[in-house]
Amino acid sequence: MKPRPFDYVRPDTVEEAIALLAEYGDDARILAGGQSLVPMLNLRLIETRVLIDISRVAELDVIGDRGNLIEVGAAVTQNKLMAWPQLKQKLPLVAAALPFVGHFQTRNKGTVCGSVAHADPSSELPLVLAVLGGEVVLRSQQRGTRVLAAEAFQQDMLTTARAADELITAVRFPVIEGKGVAFNEVARRHGDFAIVAIAAVADARGAAQLGVGGLSGRPVVRAIDGDAAAAVAAWAEELEGYEDLHASAALRRDLVKNLAPDVIAEAIEKCAA
Amino acid sequence: MRRVSKDQKTRIALTLNGRKLAAEAEPRMLLSDFLRHGLGLTGTHVGCEHGVCGCCTVLIDGVAQRSCLTLAVQAEGREVRTVESLAGADGKLNALQQAFRNNHALQCGFCTPGILMSFTDFLARNPHPSEAEIREVLSGHLCRCTGYAGIVAAIKEASSPKQVGIMYLTSTQSDRREPFSA
Repeated sequence: MKPRPFDYVRPDTVEEAIALLAEYGDDARILAGGQSLVPMLNLRLIETRVLIDISRVAELDVIGDRGNLIEVGAAVTQNKLMAWPQLKQKLPLVAAALPFVGHFQTRNKGTVCGSVAHADPSSELPLVLAVLGGEVVLRSQQRGTRVLAAEAFQQDMLTTARAADELITAVRFPVIEGKGVAFNEVARRHGDFAIVAIAAVADARGAAQLGVGGLSGRPVVRAIDGDAAAAVAAWAEELEGYEDLHASAALRRDLVKNLAPDVIAEAIEKCAA
Repeated sequence: MRRVSKDQKTRIALTLNGRKLAAEAEPRMLLSDFLRHGLGLTGTHVGCEHGVCGCCTVLIDGVAQRSCLTLAVQAEGREVRTVESLAGADGKLNALQQAFRNNHALQCGFCTPGILMSFTDFLARNPHPSEAEIREVLSGHLCRCTGYAGIVAAIKEASSPKQVGIMYLTSTQSDRREPFSA
């Protein structure tokens, strides 16, 4: 199990990285942490002509506090964000979700932006970004900087709005104040991809933004007010779900119906506290 | 900017277990294979080769990572530590290894090198972990013979207060790891 041959390039700056993307476009893949990309290369599920390794681009290894939003650069690992001292205070939903992302060993290398770029439908960080109404920052030589809402960025299973010559330079998580948050998921084993993942942001009155991963090709978000159990049940039926090796569509819907009201209740409780 | 074309064998220099070494590799060479075949250190085991089983875990600049998900060329200039660095020059096991022996934490030993390297990193960040924290880190490894109870017991013994001083002696100056927060 070895990857097919590829050219390796390790730029030192964002300028160099986007120049390479302008040159190679679809023939290139970006390597940041490699915790999803390298398994796919090893298993030869994908191949690439050029691998552009951005893991040593210092300007991307930055967590920026912009007051009402936190900008996480493309080389920031999941464990680096998890160890960021202000995380629990500024981004409690990200803090709640990160322990579910892979394992200690993969979080040491896997990046926050890489997880968003990979766009797995049951992945935790894209779900959290969507529920918080976050943004993805893209840069290319031709069009400069482009900022997309999370909802516009992730289009379907492993499919995003990133153009072939664009580099994701950062993701932006809004800082939510005066609300409670909660996260939970069901997976076969701890650290596995979730079968379903649930994230909620709620106010004291009980109105919630509910996000669900694992029921469709991308994370979906809906405002839930009033009878959460009934609203969730209706939504789960509407979303249908999909079947794979791990769960039937019906099981996915049932898990969401059972899990989501509790996650909303926990978020409301945390808001009160 | 570093460029290596696909068929080009390039010289990759790194520090391995405190010694500066170099060998040649193509870009697609995984660090796990580079360590075993290029540099001749076979203590790092190769299981699944897609990041699931954990037995190829090594330290890169002090941080536990899957060497099968790292290209050899990515480790260029870095400080890599493998299981061979744990015992003393006289073969004396370090505290973590001795605790594994004391608690029957290995049987065939295939998964052991990766687990030892993970906890070398983790215990340096979090010297007194709870059992839940130990199990969370251990969930990144698969053991198919003894089960995990002996491994948990060994790590608890190694992280008991009287052992911590010994653990610290094994950490390096160039560590890039983050403090642990659960």
